[in-house]
Amino acid sequence: MSAPVHVRSRPSPKAAPPPSGRAGGGGWSGRLSRWDIRFSPYLFISPYFLLFALFGLFPMGYTLWVAMHDWELIGSREFTGLENFRLVLTDPQFWNSVYNTAGMFVVATVPQLVMALLLANALNRRMRGQTLLRMGVLAPMVTSIAAVAIVFSQLFSRDFGLVNWVLGWFGVEGLDWAAQRWSAWLAISVMVDWRWTGYNALIYLAAMQSIPRDLYEAAAIDGASRRRQFWTITLPMLRPTIIFTAIISTIGGFQLFTEPLLFGNGDMAGGSLRQFQTVTMYMFENAFTRFDYGYASAVSWLLFLLILLGSLLNFLWLRRVGGGRA
Amino acid sequence: MRRPHPRAPRRFRTISSLVTAAALALGAAACGGGGSESSNGTITLTVDTFSTFGYEELFARYEADHPGIKIKHRNVVQLDEYLPRLERWIAAGRGAGDVVALEEGILTKFMAQPDRFVNLLDHGAGSMQGGFLDWKWKQALTRDGKHLVGLGTDVGGLAMCYRTDLFAKAGLPTDREKVGALWRTWDDYIATGRRYTGKVKDAKFVDGAVNLYNSILAQQASQTVGHTYFDTGDKLVAGTNPAVRSAWDTTVKMQQAGLSAGLKSFEPSWGTGLKEARFATIACPSWMLGVIKENAGAQAAGKWDVAAIPGGAGSRGGSFLAVPKQSAHPKEAAELAKFLTGPDSQITAFKARNNLPSSPKALGDPAVTSFRNEYFSDAPVGEIYAGGAKALRPLYLGADNNPVGQRFEDALLALEQGKLAPDAAWRKALADAEREAR
Repeated sequence: MSAPVHVRSRPSPKAAPPPSGRAGGGGWSGRLSRWDIRFSPYLFISPYFLLFALFGLFPMGYTLWVAMHDWELIGSREFTGLENFRLVLTDPQFWNSVYNTAGMFVVATVPQLVMALLLANALNRRMRGQTLLRMGVLAPMVTSIAAVAIVFSQLFSRDFGLVNWVLGWFGVEGLDWAAQRWSAWLAISVMVDWRWTGYNALIYLAAMQSIPRDLYEAAAIDGASRRRQFWTITLPMLRPTIIFTAIISTIGGFQLFTEPLLFGNGDMAGGSLRQFQTVTMYMFENAFTRFDYGYASAVSWLLFLLILLGSLLNFLWLRRVGGGRA
Repeated sequence: MRRPHPRAPRRFRTISSLVTAAALALGAAACGGGGSESSNGTITLTVDTFSTFGYEELFARYEADHPGIKIKHRNVVQLDEYLPRLERWIAAGRGAGDVVALEEGILTKFMAQPDRFVNLLDHGAGSMQGGFLDWKWKQALTRDGKHLVGLGTDVGGLAMCYRTDLFAKAGLPTDREKVGALWRTWDDYIATGRRYTGKVKDAKFVDGAVNLYNSILAQQASQTVGHTYFDTGDKLVAGTNPAVRSAWDTTVKMQQAGLSAGLKSFEPSWGTGLKEARFATIACPSWMLGVIKENAGAQAAGKWDVAAIPGGAGSRGGSFLAVPKQSAHPKEAAELAKFLTGPDSQITAFKARNNLPSSPKALGDPAVTSFRNEYFSDAPVGEIYAGGAKALRPLYLGADNNPVGQRFEDALLALEQGKLAPDAAWRKALADAEREAR
């Protein structure tokens, strides 16, 4: 980080009373003003970092400390080093949860971002009731997640669900959505997408509106169709935004918790055969059903590393696909 | 056995409370609680309960008799949600109420650390011993007999609830005596189910494997070895305990005969099943009566009845009241706990919610034995449940009883979903139980 560029426009400091020496020289006030120039910017941004240290770094460090213990909520606390990590990494239940999380991430996120893009493109056109429609896509976001869960678990219920009723017309009877991995993933992904597609669409829409109009006009004059304009102008110009949403979705997707939990009616194990247990649910199960805090902390640290890895891969891949600069 | 969510909550409450629980846990927000003393010398005692204990009337009476005491009642509907919260409070040494309800599966976990709770023997509870079924008293007493952690509230005597309209449709008797005579044994029960299934197509015979299994297990285990998944030395014996195997085999046999509606107890779909009359019978610990009434609703009034359970007496569930060491008013809290668990209070609670008393005196009281439940075709539930309760034998549950039990439930569910064959399900349950007990 280089020295701040806006220094010149800053008025000279009035706060420090000029003591004996001359202003601007090598005296006390001169030193103060140099310090001001050098350190004030850091001071101004420090509240964020202080809060981050307090509520971000410290808990992370503490979690790592807990992860290196055999830490029961009630009972013993014994230092075990990396033993918990070794156990987690060889735990098939953990890898099952990673598999589910990654699977649901793909099933939910890919269609979600594509739909958001198409939705944003549609909303970007001139039409009646523009604001209403644009606000409308956000409606699922502001709906309480409990309400979402009630509605969707009813829709996907085995005996009296709307989805099964419709499927009944096509000869599919009494599908138990929670029983199969694919169907559970699908149902949960629908829940996730319903909630988040509009949010991503609005981000894309904002980015689309910052694309200069004259590009489109020039393209139109050259005879490019709307479709062509979308592929050769809109999409490339959106690349940084797509990377942003992909990373945000990665972080969100890997922490998927409430939807699968409520889909299984609060069952931390996520189905009879753990068909839809995510990593966060597994972390919760260890912490709050098994009361094994050390193990749960190790799981959450591995989740953190997974998210880091996932975001990085996503970033590299999208940059590569986009062909260079992001 | 454990008593998962003795009163199935309304759907919204379940879900919103889950969200709250998740948010609370995520935020790691430690709730403050406990007793406090206001400026005018009034002591506020906080009572933590789950499900329903039927104490509202008793609280009002106690406050009226003790002008210096105010009672604050904090209730969590679901046990699964109550347990972790309570564990955090107890571990942190603050936050818990002055009097806390402990379900028997929770109690076994806390019996390993009796020092976290006030010894009720120090507060004159010793004189109340005769007021409890002997085994109920001993469950909350340390092995050296010196520290009493809790006082018993109720026991979960077993019966079988059935829908008279569906029985009539199947050409089966509807009179509760005759129905009870249909199934002296579990094999008779399954045979009756086969007869029923031959006649009625739109409703199954049993609600699901999970509830039936838990009830049979509690019954068989208390009649035979006296423990379930763990022996009294807390060693995992799920694979060798004949009671576990017998409960499992009976349940599988029932399921393979096509009698099960495949519903997992206390899930919303199970509640809907009750409302829509999707099954004709359900194993009925005493606290289940309130659950059925709440879920099936007024439209089913008079359609349910209660008969004897196949296989003889048994108890599933039941709770205790304890005073955490952290309470600021241990003396007053102990007095309140003693009041709430006394025979008279147990009778009041029984009338309110059908929680079967753990006091022999209350069990023999005409107010209990002559009690009829109007909703259940005016069945003499007092007589049905109280009659068997004195014959009940103790059942030891290990500290990890809850998570291990859940793995057996999961395996049964996978069996019902057609995901696992019976043998594979059994092996999976055992393997997962080993993992939980690790």
